[in-house]
Amino acid sequence: MVAQNVAFGILAAASVLAALRLVTTKNVVHAALYLVVVLASVGAIYVLLFAEFVAVVQLLVYVGAVVVLFLFGIMLTKAQIGRDTDVDNDQRGVAAVTALFFLGVLSYALIDFFGTDKLPEQQVSEAVLTAERGTRAVGDSIFSTYLVPFEALGVLLTAALVGAIVLARRD
Amino acid sequence: MLINQFLLLGAVLFCIGVYGVLARRNGVLVLMSIELILNSVNINLIAFGHLWGSESAVNAQVFALFIIAVAAAEVGVGLAIILLIYRNRTSVAFDEVDMMKG
Repeated sequence: MVAQNVAFGILAAASVLAALRLVTTKNVVHAALYLVVVLASVGAIYVLLFAEFVAVVQLLVYVGAVVVLFLFGIMLTKAQIGRDTDVDNDQRGVAAVTALFFLGVLSYALIDFFGTDKLPEQQVSEAVLTAERGTRAVGDSIFSTYLVPFEALGVLLTAALVGAIVLARRD
Repeated sequence: MLINQFLLLGAVLFCIGVYGVLARRNGVLVLMSIELILNSVNINLIAFGHLWGSESAVNAQVFALFIIAVAAAEVGVGLAIILLIYRNRTSVAFDEVDMMKG
């Protein structure tokens, strides 16, 4: 339990610091690289919650594909490489107040409702846990209970891909 | 571990993402902040799934996977739109896209 708490602390600090730098840095390429840190830390946090498959998918899809897509977007829109003075608009103060207010309300509600509720300790063995909520169980669920949404998702991805190509291609 | 550790981390990431969406004017950076928000939602889903037993843990993981896939599709289309804005206006600043304003 202690080791998990230490790991959580390190990962949470890394993700929050990288996220703060992501929304404040003046360098667009650095922002994409900070995004990698955030996404990888969040992936590791999924491992702490026994969701290994989601963690691996997070690394493959986000760090592998989405960040590369972002870097392509930065390149194609010819963003200034290096410091850019023009990445923020003039409503930073209002945005900060809104975000902090929202954070206050959210944390008050969460602390008020969940207090010091604990996540279930691991009474069952690792093997039972893996069998009940491991990758095999997730796969079974996707291809039985969630088969129709899964197929719809396939259609959605195809439509998005075709749409992106139609939008972005030069005539 | 407390459930609130994960929920508060999700809340903090969500609010940082909200700040990014509101304060950034570069379109690509706004999309990145939206990814931050989606990730915080995924943390919440998986934490709650873990809290309420094996069946809900599996359901939460499936939901998280769906969110990841939809987010990937959203980034593809979003970047195509930003590319189109750039091509028409040679700028990706969202506050200059005000042709709908009277």
